[in-house]
Parts: sequence; structure tokens; C-alpha cells
Amino acid sequence: MIPKIRPKLKLLGDELIKNIIDEALIILEKQGVFIENSEALELLRDANMKVDEPSKRAHITPELVSDALSSTPSVIKLYDRSGEKEYIVGGDEVHFNPGSAAVTILDHSTKQERRANTQDLVRFVRLTECLEHIHFQSTGLISSDIPDIISDTYRLFIGLQFSSKPVVTGTFHIEGFKPMHEMLKAVRGSEKELSEKPLAIFDACPSPPLKWSNLTTQSLIDCARSGIPSELISMGMTGATSPITITGTLVQHVAENLSGLVICQLASKGAPVIFGGSPSSFDMRKGTTPMGAIETMMIDSAYAQIGKHLKLPTHAYMGLSDSKINDSQAGFESGIGAVLAALSGINVVSGAGMMDFESCQSLEKLLIDEEICRMAYRLIDGIIQRDEPIALNLFENFYEGFQFLTQPHTRKWYRQEHSFPKIVDRDTYDAWVSFGGKSIADRASDELEKLLKENPPFLLPEEIRQELHRIMLQDARNNGLDSLPEIIAS
Amino acid sequence: MNKIEIFSQMERSIIDGNKQEAEKLAKYAIENNMELTKVIEKGFVPGIQKVGQLWEKGEYFLPELITSAECMKAAMAILQPELERCQISTKSYGKIVIGTVEGDIHDIGKNLVASMLSANGFEVVDLGADVKLDKFIEKAKEINADFICLSALLTTTMLGQKRLIEMLKEKNLYGKFRVMVGGAPVNRKWAEDIGADGYAENAMAAVQVMKNLLNN
Repeated sequence: MIPKIRPKLKLLGDELIKNIIDEALIILEKQGVFIENSEALELLRDANMKVDEPSKRAHITPELVSDALSSTPSVIKLYDRSGEKEYIVGGDEVHFNPGSAAVTILDHSTKQERRANTQDLVRFVRLTECLEHIHFQSTGLISSDIPDIISDTYRLFIGLQFSSKPVVTGTFHIEGFKPMHEMLKAVRGSEKELSEKPLAIFDACPSPPLKWSNLTTQSLIDCARSGIPSELISMGMTGATSPITITGTLVQHVAENLSGLVICQLASKGAPVIFGGSPSSFDMRKGTTPMGAIETMMIDSAYAQIGKHLKLPTHAYMGLSDSKINDSQAGFESGIGAVLAALSGINVVSGAGMMDFESCQSLEKLLIDEEICRMAYRLIDGIIQRDEPIALNLFENFYEGFQFLTQPHTRKWYRQEHSFPKIVDRDTYDAWVSFGGKSIADRASDELEKLLKENPPFLLPEEIRQELHRIMLQDARNNGLDSLPEIIAS
Repeated sequence: MNKIEIFSQMERSIIDGNKQEAEKLAKYAIENNMELTKVIEKGFVPGIQKVGQLWEKGEYFLPELITSAECMKAAMAILQPELERCQISTKSYGKIVIGTVEGDIHDIGKNLVASMLSANGFEVVDLGADVKLDKFIEKAKEINADFICLSALLTTTMLGQKRLIEMLKEKNLYGKFRVMVGGAPVNRKWAEDIGADGYAENAMAAVQVMKNLLNN
């Protein structure tokens, strides 16, 4: 039987990839990168790199980058909360997860964005847990009913309690790492088990062009030393904070990500790192950063191709929209993005549920995007020759009025060859009318209430939950809050 | 060359975003003892006004808009010392302290706003990026500012905007300086929720909003 072809998208030729990497290496050595963190500068100085003290600029040689690349694992294994289910982050594996750190939630009843609270966060995490094609969860909403200072810890606290899926998260302030790390350790059992079976990915965003803030650099160092994968989120905006050309932005993207990778490897050789990003095609009229622009997606697909060329696990913010409501724009931008991400073989694809430039999460959209992700997975599963011969034998007893519906062959293969949507409309017009003539967003709203009702919260063992609560409460008290908001699980 | 021709060249230099030409014409005006208030009012200002109109019509995009604002700034930087030397006061719309809040080292949006404001006759003190909240208040008191403008690109650092307003309240300074907030994750609702005086979705709108606030 002929082997199956995995459909793949490649936007760059080998020569162009080489030129982009070469220029990035020249920039890292010549202009260097600004690093606001003294520990990282010290690590670079110890590695015999030229560090200009007053300007905090470190010049990184191609040799050090090459060393760092050779010690970075090309595959990361993430594990769910139980430690039993394994997810390969590497090769052409694709894992969708909701976009991270939205400040607002789209309220379906009012069609308006509002600040999210604990209850929204719990519903968001519980819904993510129910969705088959969203492999990872993310700390995707910032809860406004607790003080800002502990909002990074708090969203992980809720995420770990109500979902078993690996989690994409990150710190908002340097002190946030310790309690977050403690919670992850509490779930896994020990520091050693956590580093052997990572449960979380921490995002770290350089500030374009070529800058690493104190917070993000510290996150890289802390994660590297704890065996937690860091996701490097370079995010140039074409023509504003990075060159206007796609290739120019790719040069900067590669330079920023490679400098982050070097910091991780200097902090701990062999530390897991993901070559990610959230660049955008800057809108020269509105001054905004459209994530749904085709050029944004082209940059994403292209840097991921470079990441693969460097034998690194990859990530991108794709499958999200800039629309403010669940309209066709929300659907087509998310659909095109998720499909291109899957065809590009990007390992971690963040974006489901997100809209309004990475600032708003919609639970209805998350359910709609689940359908998009299903389609994307089906697409990259490709076309396979199931039988030998393909169909000749089916036509052997061919006669007038022959049909396939009752053939054993149909029954044997239909579930593998075809996927089945939950909320996509495939009714006849009259049936659709009889069901209330609803839009997909309305059907998603109904479906999500049903899912939350039918699937009881997937809770942690009580003693671990209490330990998480203790860590969270301690962090809250350290920051002047005596009690936590009430959490209603269902 | 007669005055009219020079004024029109000045206007052209701003519209074209030709910084060298704008600087050359500003120097020419000083060397030839031209009346500098007229040079500004009839030469350079009509240029930046025309740029604003081209933006409104959708013909100019951000690269043209900001390049022209930078030209205006360059020409004014040459004229300003001469104006001060001759003790000629020019019309200022107001004094502004601007910066990106602490924890955030993004400064593109803030730079756009600062450029547009100074091109439109505001006196701008730009504190840069990753600015401690105390520093905004300190500077505003020092120069007796009309506005404090706070930029934030990250959803995490925009919380600094809220904190600054709380600090102003604690220090009994709320209302003394008008507070403008901006940045990618910021919207009108956020501005209202935290008690900011103004919000604008882009640099051009910021100029208008601030002029309106001053007239009220």
C-alpha cells in the first residue's frame, strides 16, 4: 500500500532560510541585544560574550548560538495532570490551545466585552477540558475580582483545579514564578517529577526590536533551571517595531528568539525551549496589530519553518480573529489561521476563542474554533489508501440502482474517512428554521451550557487542592489580600 | 525667492516629510531675519494641517503621518532657540508628561503620540519607556503639567495606569493633572473604569481629545 502523504505548507526556500538565519546571527554579534536582567548579562559575560555595561547590550557570537542550538532538545514531552497522558511537542505534531491572558470576555447575551471574573475563568477552564481538539489549556483569562498583582498565580490556581490538560501560562511579575512553580510541584508530587514530566509551558516575550525585559529574562532563567519549557514569543510589528518586509521581520524574529534560547541554555544546558511568536502585520492606517491578517499568518508559518529547520519545537498565535463579535470575520480569520498552522506543522498553536487583537476571549468562539480545529486535524491526517484494490472490488457486482449506503465497506470506513461536526449547520432550510433559525454563535451558546452541565468538573484529589489553596492564599496574603473569592465549580 | 514662495516650500517640506529640506528652510528663515512667528504660522503649520487632512481623507497612512510630524519637530527645534533668544513666545496648547508605564519597555505607540502632540503645538516631556509611576507624578508637579499621558502595550502593564490614578488620589492630586491613557489593550471602557480623563484610539485622535479637554 502506498504510504500516506502529510500535507505540508512551506513558504520559504532553503536559500532564503539560510540568508535569514545568517543575517540574524550577524545582528546578534554586531548590534547585540538589550537585556535588562543582570543575572543574564552575567551568564553571557561568563560565556566570554562582549557585554556593554551601561547600555546593557550583549553581543552574542554565532558559535555560542550554535552551541546553544545543539544543547536544546528538538522534542519536548508534556504530560497531563495525572502524568499518564503524553503529548509530543516537536516534529509535525499540532496541539491547539486557547489564546492566553485575555482581559475581557465576550458576553454572549449582551454581545459586549466585559471584564472577566473568577466564575468566567472557571467556566472557561471547564469548557476547555471538554473539547477534544483543544489539546492544551491556557491561563486564558485575567480575573478582575482579585488584585492585579496576583492575577498570574490566580489563573494557574484555577486552571490546575479544573482541567487535566497541560497548561500554557506565564508570569506577570518576577515574584509570580515561585508560587506558580510551587503549585505545579504540588500537582506533580515533587520538583524532580515536574522536571521529568512538564505540565506547563511558560511564555516569555522579548520586546521588539531586540530587547529582553527584566521580567521575561528572569522567567527564561527560572524556567530553564526548573525544567519548565519556555515559549519564546517574539512579536515584531511590521514597519513599526520590526522591518516592514516579511523577510526583514523574520530576520529580527530569529535574532530575538535565538538570543532567548542562548539565555535559557546558559542558565541550564539542555533546557526545553519552544521557538514561538506573536508577530503581526502592523496596520498602517489604524495603528493596530491584526492577528487575522494573511501577512501575519505568512510570517508565522515562515518563522515556524525556520524553527523546524533549526530542529526546534515551534509555536504560533494562529486561529484567532480581530473581530469583536462572532461574525463571519471571526470565522474566516480563525479558520484560515488554524488550517495554515496545521499545514505548517506548528507544534503549539495558541488562539482558539480569542478575538479583538488577543484581548478578548469568547466561550462561544472557543466552541466554534473547536470545530475549526477538528477540520484542521482531519486535513493534515491526509488521504490514505485504505484498501487494495482501492475500489475495484466494490464495483464487481455493480448493477442498475446500486448504492453504497448499505455496503459493509461504507460502515467499515465512514467514521475514519469523515469527521462529524457538533454545532456546524448542515440542516435543510426547513429543519434549521424549526430549530429556531439560530446562528452558530447561538448554537454554541446552547451547546456550552449543555457541555458544562453534562461534564462534572474534573477535580484534583482533595489534599492537592488544599495545598494549591494554601499556596494561593499565602501569595494573596503576601500581597495584602486576606481571603480569596468564592469558587463555584458548577 | 519671495516670502510666499518660501512659505509654500516650507509647507511642501512638511507634507513630503523631507526633514533635510525643512531644516534647511528653518535655518534660511533665521539667517534672513524673517519674522519667525509668521514662518511658523504661514509656513510650517499649514503643512502639518494639510498632513492631517490627507490622513483624514485616507490618503496618508502612519509612515507619512509620523515622518511629517518628525519634520515639524526638526524645524521647530531649529526655530525654538532663536524664538527664546528674541523672547518671542509661541502659542502652546499645554504641557505634557508622557511615558510608557513601568514593567513595559514598548515605546512605539507612545512615540507616535508624543510626535503628533509636539508637532501640534504641545510642550512634551517624554520620560521614555519603563517609567516608574512616581516619576510621572514628580515630573508633572515639577513642570506644572496639564496632562499625564500613560502608555501600555501589555494587558499586564496597563494595570499601572490604574495604579497611577490611585496614587494621584492618595496624594490629593487627582484632578490637578488630566490623565490620558492609551496603548493596544486600552479602550474607552477601561479609561472610564479607572477614572482617566481621556482616551484616544490613535495619535491623531489624541491631539483632538486633548485640545477639547483643554477647552472645557
